[in-house]
Amino acid sequence: MAITSSTTNGGGRPQLAATSRRLGERAIIGALALAAVISVLVTVGIVVALLIPSVEFFSEIPFAEFFGTSEWAPLFEPPAFGVPPLIVGTLSTTFWACLVALPLGLGTAIYLSEYARPRVRSTVKPVLEVLAGIPTVVLGYFALTVLTPFLRALGWQVEIFNAFSAGVIIGILLLPTVTSLSEDAMTAVPSSLREGSFGLGANRFQVSTRVVVPAAISGIIASFVLAISRAIGETTIVLLAAGQLARVSFWPGESVMTMTAFIAGTGSGDVPTGSIEYKTIFAVGLTLFVLTFILNIISIRMVRRFREIYE
Amino acid sequence: MDPTSETPPAAPSSPVATGGGLATLSVEDRPAADALPLDQREVVFDCEGVGVRYDGKRALRDVDLRIHANAVTALIGPSGCGKSTFIRCLNRMNDLIPGASVDGAVAYHGENLYHPQVDPIEVRKRIGMVFQKPNPFPKSIYDNVAFGPRVLGMKDQLDDRVEQALRRAVLWDEVKDRLKEGALGLSGGQQQRLCIARALAVEPDVILMDEPCSALDPISTSAIEDLMLSLTNEYTVVIVTHNMQQAARVADMTAFFSVDQGETGARCGVLVEVDRTDKIFTNPAHERTEAYVTGRFG
Amino acid sequence: MNTAGRIAGERAGVAVRESLAGRRNRSVAAGVFLGYLLLSTVVGLVALAVLLATILHDGLPYVDAMLFTNSPSADPERAGARPAIIASILVAVVLIATALPIAVGTAVYLEEFAPKGNRLIDLIELNIQNLAAVPSIIFGILGLAFLVRGIDLGPVLLAGALILGLQMLPTVIIASREALRAVPDSVRQGGMALGATRWQVVWREVLPAAIPGIATGSILGMSRAIGETAPLLMVGAATFVSFNPGLLTQYTVLPILIFQWIKLPQEMFQGLAAAAIIVLLVILVAMNGFAIWMRNRYERKW
Repeated sequence: MAITSSTTNGGGRPQLAATSRRLGERAIIGALALAAVISVLVTVGIVVALLIPSVEFFSEIPFAEFFGTSEWAPLFEPPAFGVPPLIVGTLSTTFWACLVALPLGLGTAIYLSEYARPRVRSTVKPVLEVLAGIPTVVLGYFALTVLTPFLRALGWQVEIFNAFSAGVIIGILLLPTVTSLSEDAMTAVPSSLREGSFGLGANRFQVSTRVVVPAAISGIIASFVLAISRAIGETTIVLLAAGQLARVSFWPGESVMTMTAFIAGTGSGDVPTGSIEYKTIFAVGLTLFVLTFILNIISIRMVRRFREIYE
Repeated sequence: MDPTSETPPAAPSSPVATGGGLATLSVEDRPAADALPLDQREVVFDCEGVGVRYDGKRALRDVDLRIHANAVTALIGPSGCGKSTFIRCLNRMNDLIPGASVDGAVAYHGENLYHPQVDPIEVRKRIGMVFQKPNPFPKSIYDNVAFGPRVLGMKDQLDDRVEQALRRAVLWDEVKDRLKEGALGLSGGQQQRLCIARALAVEPDVILMDEPCSALDPISTSAIEDLMLSLTNEYTVVIVTHNMQQAARVADMTAFFSVDQGETGARCGVLVEVDRTDKIFTNPAHERTEAYVTGRFG
Repeated sequence: MNTAGRIAGERAGVAVRESLAGRRNRSVAAGVFLGYLLLSTVVGLVALAVLLATILHDGLPYVDAMLFTNSPSADPERAGARPAIIASILVAVVLIATALPIAVGTAVYLEEFAPKGNRLIDLIELNIQNLAAVPSIIFGILGLAFLVRGIDLGPVLLAGALILGLQMLPTVIIASREALRAVPDSVRQGGMALGATRWQVVWREVLPAAIPGIATGSILGMSRAIGETAPLLMVGAATFVSFNPGLLTQYTVLPILIFQWIKLPQEMFQGLAAAAIIVLLVILVAMNGFAIWMRNRYERKW
């Protein structure tokens, strides 16, 4: 190394200048940055794909008809384009899903975080996560062939396809989502807070409900919001178990059609490109995307706020 | 190129003192590795008005300091005095901290380290660094030492380079039979000497050490101190330490940093004084230095 | 202590004072609460157990050689899942070749090279988090609009696999970033201090150390894609594909075949669906088991 001669270095190009421009390395980093841009392009692609046909759709079918009339029959003659039945169908399955996933997920999270011994925790947690890895088509099979017959055996004459079965099974699917995010939030609550309260003579119940849950609340709400978003977007289970009958019905035993079921059902068919039926897919898709996007952003914001407090 | 050729001509090397004793070894007492008086040796770093800001907040200001070749220079001072911040200016490690900016001039063998055309990678090839916590890579002992030569394209006689570096770091005898074993299996002291060997393998000119013994037990510390003394034959060593005895044992020159409370209440590191180690510890020029070295402050 | 903590602490004080006033009521409430927690935990476990028991009960009688050798057929006596199994494997290969490198590259860029505190980078990160929660059917719409009809690729395996790949991106990116973040900064500093460039340090030290975590995340992401149904309905996965599929042919994958069999009226198809579910679950368990084994074998505690 030519260190010794550097004392005589007078002006000119510094000795310590880069010996190579390292073009290969720059190319690699450029390629990595390009990879990072692809994920943005996916979102742009989704927005473009949804927006263009939707604009065309709404130039033919006014907003007022789309959101303000309650009959959905785009493939019939004469067609009707009132989206409320689909929204009601979606809300109905989502409601039952939340009724299962939110309280049970939170309860499991509190149990694992505050009550369970480490050994129980390290056994139960991965087993529950298996639930999250079960393909939705399997859960749909379960809803249709096990839960619905079971409800009938109990004497509740639900339809073969019904919002309740689909919703409950979506709730089971989302249990691990709520549990693991909520538990993360509770685990992040500093143990000094718990110890302080135990020191005041509080019992585990009081510490859980009055200290840990309030301190982790934004993380817990984030998990709830994310679960709602997932329930709204779930497709396979509702296609198999809730049916394809578009009607305004909140009755859990009846068949409904969700937004996702309509998209999948119509999209897998042979509707001709450019027809109004084809564009309907995108108008409903846009509605679904906007709805879940708002929920996702709320959830992401709440998680970030939570992290800012404790990290 | 053999690094020994970098030592000034009038440098007949002789056995160095074994450190570890608590007594202050003055430069005169020690069998010198270099016959020239300190202040006549080549200046490796010439710092003028060096300061550092983190996100606009000043952490260090106005450091004027010369660091001479083939000597150990110790940077001491209370925590928060900017001594670690300063040592990271010498090989541009501060570049890696987002929001950090360096002002003033650092001349290295007469070249401005912060000249826009200077490549920090080239700087760090010549100026090695050892950190507070031993940070070997999670791979074999051999691969750790070979990392530098490999990335810098010094691939000829790699085995020899690795052996030389490990010998110089006085680690060879302990690890020669298990070079292929994981470095994380070594003791803390051995890991730190491995990190020193890793730095030596790229044949640098200067070794910077940022509190290299703070995570180690007394026996490992003593081994590292012996090593530092032996390194001055071939290298210039700069060490940050919070341990005054350590500075007294190993350093030829000592720089004392302290914290100034500004008018706005912001704390900022400053260099109080730099001198020969024996002078700093027996007859410092500044009251603040005396207060610190006698333990009344800090 | 932060505000949220302080408020929570004060609440605990109130709770204690209340409890001293009525200890008996409290202990009843505490018992009921614990009952609720245990019930919650048990529901998930029981649901999983019943699910697996049902599938095995319904499907095992139908797991035979024909399932692996025959093609789907209208005759349940002769129907098999061979083209679907082959297609699922092909999809996995396409995912490894396309989405995986893009996802890992994105993670490496964002963790190791992206300027911190940059607006654009923040936007990319927000975008990835949102994509992770976009309904899968929306990815199907993307595929329908651009791949199948837009560039007129048609309803072929490649279109489906690419869409699954895009859908998989956020999962793998997020897992890979966590794996990279777990490699301590001291490794990067150590390498940089030797005069290595950032890329050299990333390539030789950081990436190898993060490989177990990246592989685990990748396998989890892939297993999710292999089990996915909805977006493939949109990009034209067909049911009765009697030939061995290629990249540019029509195709069906296991979940789609199961989906279609479930919907058929003959009861025997329900059994076949359950049998195919067993095959699918075995594949997924094998993938996940491998991921977990790898994590335990190579994961390093720093």
